[in-house]
Amino acid sequence: MLDLLKAPIQAVQDFYELTGRAMRNVFRKPHYLDDIKLQMDTIGVGSIPIVLLTGFFSGAVMALQMGRSLQDYGQTGRTGTFVSIILVRELGPVLTAVMVAGRNSSGMASELGSMKVTEQIDAMRALGTDPLQKLVTPRMIATALMLPCLTVIDDFVGMLGGWLIAVYVYALPSLQYWSTTWRALVWNDVAQGLLKPFVFSFAISLIGCFYGLRTKGGTQGVGRATTQAVVVADVVIFVVDLFITKIFVSATSS
Amino acid sequence: MSAENSVSADTSLLRFENVTVRFDDDETNALDDLSFDVRPGETRILLGAAGSGKTVLLKTAIGLIRPLGGQVRLIGQDIARMPEEKQFDIRRHVGMLFQESALFDSMTIAQNVAYPLLNQRVNRLPRAQMEPAVREALRFVELEHTLEKLPSELSGGMRRRVAIARAVVTKPPLLLYDSPTAGLDPITAHTIMALIIKERDVDNTTALVVTHRYQDGNLVANFRYNPDSGRLDPAGKQGTNTVFMVLREGRLIFEGSQAELEAARDPYIAKFVKRPEEEAAA
Ligand SMILES: Nc1ncnc2c1ncn2[C@@H]1O[C@H](COP(=O)(O)OP(=O)(O)OP(=O)(O)O)[C@@H](O)[C@H]1O
Ligand SMILES: [Mg+2]
Repeated sequence: MLDLLKAPIQAVQDFYELTGRAMRNVFRKPHYLDDIKLQMDTIGVGSIPIVLLTGFFSGAVMALQMGRSLQDYGQTGRTGTFVSIILVRELGPVLTAVMVAGRNSSGMASELGSMKVTEQIDAMRALGTDPLQKLVTPRMIATALMLPCLTVIDDFVGMLGGWLIAVYVYALPSLQYWSTTWRALVWNDVAQGLLKPFVFSFAISLIGCFYGLRTKGGTQGVGRATTQAVVVADVVIFVVDLFITKIFVSATSS
Repeated sequence: MSAENSVSADTSLLRFENVTVRFDDDETNALDDLSFDVRPGETRILLGAAGSGKTVLLKTAIGLIRPLGGQVRLIGQDIARMPEEKQFDIRRHVGMLFQESALFDSMTIAQNVAYPLLNQRVNRLPRAQMEPAVREALRFVELEHTLEKLPSELSGGMRRRVAIARAVVTKPPLLLYDSPTAGLDPITAHTIMALIIKERDVDNTTALVVTHRYQDGNLVANFRYNPDSGRLDPAGKQGTNTVFMVLREGRLIFEGSQAELEAARDPYIAKFVKRPEEEAAA
């Protein structure tokens, strides 16, 4: 029984150590600015198409569903309110994070995993450079900077999708849709909507790198690391989401 | 050339003291109570069959593998129990050639060779000096024309030469070569050994050369690089400062000069030592 628990406990411990060292490196020289820029480009700019597409369609679908439900109460006019609250508080952050995890946690795990099994990580260490400083910290910083931006884009595109549905399916005036959308948001929602992606970003980058760096067993191991990274990152995103939401709900209801 | 890197003559560059290495799920030790001392100016030839622990020894020497017991003193500091973050600055005094070259496969040859100059905390060069240094290192291994290629576009022997260039670009006082000639044809193998001898004679570096071919060791022990002709000449009477070691199943079973090695009775050693005169003629 104890033996069964040993491996997972050890893994969690290793993960904390990686997290600690990656965070400490933020305040330590050398800073690999070129690597941060490169990662911001792959993670941020590279994710824009998928964020645009998923954002637009999720917003549209939500407007469709909401509009239909609100019809029963004769409240179709409030579609914008619901679309905007749900997008900004929940769907935007979570959907964007899950998409970016699918793209980048897996990318990081397979890139670092391949480097691990071909001894390139060892070569980095032998050449006197810290792979955490060179590989993990730039990815962590880049994701933390880019994910909130991507989430804002996703939110906005989602509202656009909702607007199309509101106007063309439920025949709402544009002005009404946008003013309800805008008025629905309070600072609390915005804070929640930006804090979430910031926190999720660490799950995405650190879990991707963690599984990459502990890859064992050749090409197959790389595949396994990639899958595990995405699955674990996704689950952690949802769990963390619940906790953050709970904190905000308690804070506002009291 | 490497004056600022040279370490005073009385300190050893690499010393193993009763080093034992064991992997988690093995019953036997990969390295067993190993002790030796690499003095400045020396070239050590480490012979051993496949699986005898040669690679493990080199990785332990630079802290990539942690020993179960004993001390590993690298450039005067015990690294066996030092946190890795502190080891990075020590490792930049050491150049290592990996058995499989371990080049960064998504970087060009020039970027690979520039990597230590760009990324080490201390060796960082201003960009203006970077390119000449990279070119010089690649000229040293006669691959100046490959600057913009990717490692996958080179042959195995060329990759190994690039890896040597990457190891020597910072002019470290100590070099570790893991099986530099393994899997290569005799001509390329000779080219690589000639590079190792050239590096020794031009930059006065200390080296530990792992190999399973005795003729490699013979070449290092009896030839010198002639800067005028660019070829290897017999070292003559003064000889070279070469020490041989033989590793067998993680244990050091021989340490001494070439003459002592050739005189050894042990059948395992005798199997390594054969036909030195044939290679000399090549
Ligand atoms: N990471 C590792 N995990 C477990 N065992 C290992 C590991 N690395 C090496 N070993 C074991 O240690 C022993 C020595 O391996 P090593 O790679 O040092 O051999 P070698 O002398 O370099 O052989 P070769 O000439 O084929 O390169 C082998 O039995 C090997 O199985
Ligand atoms: Mg080996």
